[in-house]
Amino acid sequence: MSLLRVENITKRFGSLVAVGGASLTVEPGQLYAVIGPNGAGKTTFFNLISGFLTPTSGRIIFNEEDVTNLLPAKRVWRGMARTFQITEVFPELSVFENLQIAVETASGFRLRMRLSPSEKQKVCARTEELLEISGLSPKARRLVGELSHGDQRAIEIMMALALNPRLLLLDEPTAGMGDQETHDITQLIRRLHRDQKLAMVLIEHDMRVVLHLAERIMVLAEGCMLAEGTPKEVTSNEAVQSAYLGTAAA
Amino acid sequence: MDRQYQKYVGDFIIWSVLLTMPLWLHLVGGYTPLGTRVLIMALAAMALNFLLGYTGVLSFGHAAYFGLGAYGAGLTIKYLIPNTLAGMGVGLIVGIVAAAIIGLLIIRLRGIYFAMVTIAFGQVFYFIAYRWNNITGGDDGLSGWSRQPIDLGFFKIDILHDEKAFYYFVLFFFAISVAIMAAILRSPFGRTLLAIRENERRARFLGIPIDRHVWMSWLISCTFVSLAGTLYALLNNFADPHDLRWDQSGDFVMMAVLGGMRSFWGPLIGAAMFVVLQDYVSSMTSNWMSFIGLFFVLVVLFCPRGVLGIIRRRQVQ
Repeated sequence: MSLLRVENITKRFGSLVAVGGASLTVEPGQLYAVIGPNGAGKTTFFNLISGFLTPTSGRIIFNEEDVTNLLPAKRVWRGMARTFQITEVFPELSVFENLQIAVETASGFRLRMRLSPSEKQKVCARTEELLEISGLSPKARRLVGELSHGDQRAIEIMMALALNPRLLLLDEPTAGMGDQETHDITQLIRRLHRDQKLAMVLIEHDMRVVLHLAERIMVLAEGCMLAEGTPKEVTSNEAVQSAYLGTAAA
Repeated sequence: MDRQYQKYVGDFIIWSVLLTMPLWLHLVGGYTPLGTRVLIMALAAMALNFLLGYTGVLSFGHAAYFGLGAYGAGLTIKYLIPNTLAGMGVGLIVGIVAAAIIGLLIIRLRGIYFAMVTIAFGQVFYFIAYRWNNITGGDDGLSGWSRQPIDLGFFKIDILHDEKAFYYFVLFFFAISVAIMAAILRSPFGRTLLAIRENERRARFLGIPIDRHVWMSWLISCTFVSLAGTLYALLNNFADPHDLRWDQSGDFVMMAVLGGMRSFWGPLIGAAMFVVLQDYVSSMTSNWMSFIGLFFVLVVLFCPRGVLGIIRRRQVQ
């Protein structure tokens, strides 16, 4: 039983076809990457899966349920969490508070006016655990807006993880980062995949990152699916080499 | 823990000043009803700031609910039951019901569109009060009634003739309202509001239904503004159509920004400065608004986070 099935999905903006009939299947625990040059429709494809946009045609099946037209918040409740290409965090709150809000929401406390001591304890413990996993514990009391881009990205990923998702969608997790930060985030993603057995779909621009991480890859170019398969199959595909690797090398 | 300590000291100072105000206000050239006015305006500004500073939603129409509270209380006491608490109850309920319904209609709007529509709805109530002469007194306002002493059965509080008693009557409702708002902001629900202020997109993708939470914040905010409105009518024994008008809404926003909208007590400081300055300058010139305007420009230029914003910045450095 697959976790996510995208069936022949299309999104048109007026006469522009942003995504034209893309399909993919993600198994539980699988790390799947979507790659492609700039403007290939990767982010649009992602926005369709997470519910930020609704598709013109096609279906999205999550956990054997048709979620094609569900609101983003409802997809989140069903176990789909995402991060954004431009990091989306709560800059004027502390690292601890950022994660605390995510944990409280995930625990169903978002409408509560007060928590019992044991509930408070639970929220606190889970928040500490997430801080531990990401290595951000020493910075827990700092304001997120003061931290480096890499740390902010790590916080965003941990906020998504706090929701206990079955599927984590990462939109260009290493976008705009230096080598060290890219390395750190890649390590974090690898750790989450290994330790939490978490299924992930990530969009990536950086070919090196993808080849090291992903179990399956889909290549998009100008909104169309160019190839799909294991990293080996994809890199040896001629169409991919000319469309993507060729231009990247030039 | 240092910040926690500073917060306790700040709270202690503010409550001590508010509790003793009628005892020393005349020594510094004030008078008790001026202190009462500060409290009421501060309650309205803090309620507005619950929405503006803690949910990140700007309303330019809060005077509507302030005025509905005022007229609700005045009309009830004048025509129905000459009882202060009944008047306050009716004023509060009218304000809440109007806010709940209007909130449902406008909650999908954001930013400047939301602010514009709140003005529009506010002006509707203003024109009703302004035109409906034989009930509301029209342009002259609603007079010919006064707040009534509170009869507790075993004890009577003469809030009508004893200005100090009325001050403490207002302080009682102020304290309850402020305590409730502070408690909400410290709760998980309060943190979802901060989340929405900080980053609406992130909040949505945490699974928070944004519109529903903003509506609740709007309703809480309007509730306490209505309560302030009922108290304001009781203070003046009068309801003024101006209480409903958009420039009154602007005054509330100004108070919040003057004092600092990112700090809980900021709007109280802003309201105190606004009311005292207004009282002082308007006794010298009828152009008092230009002085307040100038003062506002200076504050925004030199401390964009408001007067309490200066103190906080010092703490960080």
